[in-house]
Amino acid sequence: MSDWQEQDDQSSALVDARVDSPQREGLTGTTPADAYAPARDPELITRPPDGRPLHYQPQWRKDFPIDWPQDHYIARRDFAKFLCLTSLAFTVGQFWIGVQNIWRRRRGAPPVAKIGSLSELPVGGTLTFRYPGPHDDCILIRPSQDKLLAYSQKCTHLSCAVIPNVEKGVIRCPCHEGLFDLNTGENIAGPPPRPLPKIILTVRGDDIYATGVEWRTV
Amino acid sequence: MNSPSIRPRRPFTREQRTTVIYGMLAFILILVILQLWLFTATMNAYLGGDEAVIWPAAVASLLCLGLNAGLLRYLYHIERVRR
Repeated sequence: MSDWQEQDDQSSALVDARVDSPQREGLTGTTPADAYAPARDPELITRPPDGRPLHYQPQWRKDFPIDWPQDHYIARRDFAKFLCLTSLAFTVGQFWIGVQNIWRRRRGAPPVAKIGSLSELPVGGTLTFRYPGPHDDCILIRPSQDKLLAYSQKCTHLSCAVIPNVEKGVIRCPCHEGLFDLNTGENIAGPPPRPLPKIILTVRGDDIYATGVEWRTV
Repeated sequence: MNSPSIRPRRPFTREQRTTVIYGMLAFILILVILQLWLFTATMNAYLGGDEAVIWPAAVASLLCLGLNAGLLRYLYHIERVRR
């Protein structure tokens, strides 16, 4: 007799003597023994091909069951595990944002940089420049004689390059028809979730300098 | 007589375990959706220069992960009890 058969025989002989124990329902009174017993334990439906109990089966047979009820259970259990992995990924991402924020703080304030001169920028004209890094495209706009505006050129939706329209007073993103107010940089239509980052400007004589970036959420 | 301390635990049937896992999935889904919302809101705040919400949101997300891990641990537990 094999080990598993012996163990199963022993476990069936160990019946709890109390009235309400799982294997004694209906055994103590006049009621027929099967009156309170479940009609059929669903666990008994699964019979592996070699006839041995489930807990003696290899792991692969437990992970790929041959009957639908067990397959439904396994599928939902694995989906729950996948969702927990997704939960871990979100938590890691959340802390990654915190680490990125620390690095951004350590970089300190952006440098002062000359981005153009008044003489080369006519009223109603625009100029592109890069600030604070070499990959940060920005636009400089001169809507009137005494007014200068500068914003990041990356749309806050998906970083497409935005195009200013001075006559209409808007900055438009051609990718998904996002619109920003020319005077404030605020998002006024379309999918962009935030205003355009504003570049702080200083004019010294004829030269225009960028001195900082103002990020905004509203 | 058997004492209550050595009374064998009655394992969950497969139907019961399927019901348990449906309830668990409902909780886990709600928590993961909450984490998704936290992540997008924090990313929006970070890109907009608002640093105040970053670490509280990270702690909230960690709590959600802890709850999910606890539920998953319970799932392993009921499978172990079944044997």
